[in-house]
Amino acid sequence: MYGKGLKPLSIAAVAMLALSLSLVFFYAPLDGDQGFIQKIFYLHVPLAITALVGFVVGGVFAILHLRSNDRKWDAYSYVAIHISVIFGVAVLITGAIWAKASWGHWWVWDEPTLVSFLIVFLLYATYYPFRYAIEDRDRQARYASVFAVTAGAFVPLNFMAVRMAESLVHPRTFATAEGGMPGEMMLTFLCSLAAMGLLWTTLVKFELAAKSASGQVKRLRRALDAPVAGGSSRIAPEVS
Amino acid sequence: MTRSRTAFAAILAKDLRSELRTLQSLPAMALFAVTTFVVFRFGLDRTSLSGSLASGVLWATLLFAAVLGINRLFVSEREEGGFDAIRLAPIDRTVLFAAKAAALVVYLAALELVTVPIFAIFFLEDAAGLGPLVAVLLLTDLGLAATGTLISSMAVNSRARDLLVPLVLLPLSIPLMIAATGATEPLLSLGGPSYDRFGTWLMVLGLYDLIFGLVGYAVFDFLLED
Repeated sequence: MYGKGLKPLSIAAVAMLALSLSLVFFYAPLDGDQGFIQKIFYLHVPLAITALVGFVVGGVFAILHLRSNDRKWDAYSYVAIHISVIFGVAVLITGAIWAKASWGHWWVWDEPTLVSFLIVFLLYATYYPFRYAIEDRDRQARYASVFAVTAGAFVPLNFMAVRMAESLVHPRTFATAEGGMPGEMMLTFLCSLAAMGLLWTTLVKFELAAKSASGQVKRLRRALDAPVAGGSSRIAPEVS
Repeated sequence: MTRSRTAFAAILAKDLRSELRTLQSLPAMALFAVTTFVVFRFGLDRTSLSGSLASGVLWATLLFAAVLGINRLFVSEREEGGFDAIRLAPIDRTVLFAAKAAALVVYLAALELVTVPIFAIFFLEDAAGLGPLVAVLLLTDLGLAATGTLISSMAVNSRARDLLVPLVLLPLSIPLMIAATGATEPLLSLGGPSYDRFGTWLMVLGLYDLIFGLVGYAVFDFLLED
């Protein structure tokens, strides 16, 4: 049942990615300052925004889980955080490449957005060992939801604290850069953002469909008294 | 309301009394902190500290010492059946959160009462900054107590309880440490204390305390369901 609408969604995501990439390479003007390397902006920033929104969405699913006690929402929350962590790895890698190309160092400590993202990523990376350490499935789901809610509240607070630690030495340039961004760049950026959002949604749906299918197979095998093939992951929630 | 207050006072008094009698956490935390100061003396190869180095050493040490205490916060509840008793008692379960957090604040304050003067004797040229530092210490303790109690109550019911608290609590406490070190750094600077952005940092600390106090209060109920 999770597979419903997956095909049109995947096609839309691929089409949007193709459109945004062609806009990035053939339509958006070259940046006067940084030249060609600035194009990684259209990959890095939408990835980061999608990952952060994904973390918060995972927190919202966790609240739904705690309120309704329906295990479905725990699976949603787990998958949302899982895909966002994968996006987070991509954000850190593209961020490091961009930093190397434009500032000459792989890591720059006085770029508050990147540092905040690293802290948020480190927190969410502990989600897996945290889940893994709790054996009882019900308790695991509940504790994971509490973690997701706490971490979701942590995301904006952390960004504020890191930005304040830098604000006097290092004025924020992105806010003004975005305000002064030429129309073509803005359009390309928005297209890339939409493409990343679609990609995230598609991957979440794929993951949920896969979990649901393997859960059904396992239940059928159990009903047939056949041996259940392969040990299932002890972290990932089961979906009915 | 009055019943909650009675329960709160009873749990807090029980915790403090059992700590006073067994001395399980506090001496270990203090000893750890003092030893860490000595490690920093050689690690940094400095005999006196000021400014950002002083605040960094102080807060890194206090944070790791706090983790030791937070690790043990719920161990007795689990081993002696305190959780079951709370579940049976006709009281609001968030009372346990409030009482445990209050006990943790007392532990941390006691730890700082011992270790901060030792830190000053070891490293500081003048102790004028220690007066306003009390406000920073207190607000940071409240934040650590809120997140620490929440994480500790989950970790104690898991397989890897000694591992989970430092693993999850350290990233969670980074905003707290940013604000605490930001406020402490000018207080311990070489030419006597200055108050550069002191109020702003105290407000960040207060905001952290408020948010995670409310989060803990809202979600703690779900941690005791079984």
